[in-house]
Amino acid sequence: MKKRSLLQRLIGAPYVLWAAIFIVVPLFIVLYYSFTDADGTFTFANIRELGDYKEILWISIEYSVIATVITLIVSYPFAYVMSRKREHTQRIMMLLVMVPMWMNLLILTYSWMNILEKNGLINTLLGMVHLPPLKLIETPGAVIFGMIYNYIPYMVLPIYSVMSKIDPSLLEAAEDLGSGSLSKLRRVILPLSVPGVVSGVTMVFVPSVSTFYISQKLGGKITLIGDVIERQIQAQNNYNLGAALSLVLMVLIVISMALMKKFAGDDGDNLYI
Amino acid sequence: MKKAIGNIFVGLMYFLLYVPLAVMVFFSFNSARSTSVFKGFSLKWYAELFSSSTTMTVLRNTLVLAVLSAVIATVVGTAAAIYIYYLRSPAWKSSINLVTNIPMMNPDIVTGVSLMLLFVFVGRLIGAANSLNFGTLLIAHITFNLPYVILNVLPKLNQTDPHLAEAAQDLGSTPTQAFFKVVLPSIMPGVTSGLLMAFTLSLDDFVISYYTTGSSYQTLPLYIFNIVKKPVKPDLYALFTLIFTTVLVFLLISNIMQMRSDKKNREKN
Repeated sequence: MKKRSLLQRLIGAPYVLWAAIFIVVPLFIVLYYSFTDADGTFTFANIRELGDYKEILWISIEYSVIATVITLIVSYPFAYVMSRKREHTQRIMMLLVMVPMWMNLLILTYSWMNILEKNGLINTLLGMVHLPPLKLIETPGAVIFGMIYNYIPYMVLPIYSVMSKIDPSLLEAAEDLGSGSLSKLRRVILPLSVPGVVSGVTMVFVPSVSTFYISQKLGGKITLIGDVIERQIQAQNNYNLGAALSLVLMVLIVISMALMKKFAGDDGDNLYI
Repeated sequence: MKKAIGNIFVGLMYFLLYVPLAVMVFFSFNSARSTSVFKGFSLKWYAELFSSSTTMTVLRNTLVLAVLSAVIATVVGTAAAIYIYYLRSPAWKSSINLVTNIPMMNPDIVTGVSLMLLFVFVGRLIGAANSLNFGTLLIAHITFNLPYVILNVLPKLNQTDPHLAEAAQDLGSTPTQAFFKVVLPSIMPGVTSGLLMAFTLSLDDFVISYYTTGSSYQTLPLYIFNIVKKPVKPDLYALFTLIFTTVLVFLLISNIMQMRSDKKNREKN
């Protein structure tokens, strides 16, 4: 197309303006709040205060890494089994994975609370058969479980979508060349499914490490970095420390994305969604 | 044998995935207030749900916000996708793509906090007493919806034959006419899926809304979060049982329609 119409030139203006004001400017506002005090004077106090939250940050990373790894370990075979089914079955299975995604995660977390509580469903059932109650809720396990449950579809779907695109003739070729099922998995399926794994891992890790409602509803006194931000902003009205903590979270995500990209061998600058 | 293990494993996963949904549906029919002991079948929570004006207001708020933000994001986002598609400067193109990716990469809490700080900052500048309200919530929802609309429309644009629009112009239509008669219809599936995605994202969003709304405008996810009383009242379970049923029916219908059209295509070929 040699000449662009006026329409084509003006059509992007609303978005460019919108993105500048509501995507780019807010990032600088976070920076501004991180390095100022309540009166707007420049200070390093917020950054210095971050040291107090090292442990909480570490716990958040630990929990979400554990949750991401377990999610990957169970999702991978799940997606694999799914991709080997008949086309019609695959579609129904995929639909069934997506239904919980369409439900509100908060209500599902409440439902888990209901199941795991001290007087909850599991302990009621245990009581019926005269077994002692278990302490399930308000444990690290409950928080990690909540993360896994909430975000597992975001791991299954991208892995499934790359696996279902693997050309079956590739697998046949591997068999003809003498591959057993294990080496088929290791040499053909695994390498080809890396993009799905990378996108799944990011889609589980990012919301897990920054969550605050899962830890509040299932973790009792367990505090994650998201909880601290939430408390500083909503309860203490300490926007400056809240901003500095958000900055930490942003840096953490950028670092982990860079690591993932390196691990995946950098194919493309877009996220696989 | 191997197949059987695979199937058992998959079955177990589905079981875990659906346990909280089953609990929710089951206790929505409980005649007692308890959500761990079933006392008998009753529809009273459904009756209570429809007679509660708070729940109905919250539901209406959620839908109004989702429709408005999805429609605005779809219009602006589709225009943006077309703009990005025709961009010739690679540097400008990649910087726009980078900015578009930011809301998708950032954790929701960061997006929410950063927007809130912007609103508070501007509110202080203009001396507003209350800087968060429905307007700021709407802006936030449009902002996080936009990248998903663009992401749905751009691939469709890349699939369309650029010569089609040129052919239309050679045949005498103005560029604007060529756009509305040729380009837009061919990217319509992407626009629709972008709209749907934006709508559901907005319906479901809790974290970003939590930071960007004022106290006067509550949506369903915010309402659920704010229930302090520990045992959820079964009327919320009743509400979500209805939502669950709607989602299931909707997905089934779309699946059947998809299968029918696949079959037709196969017969044609």
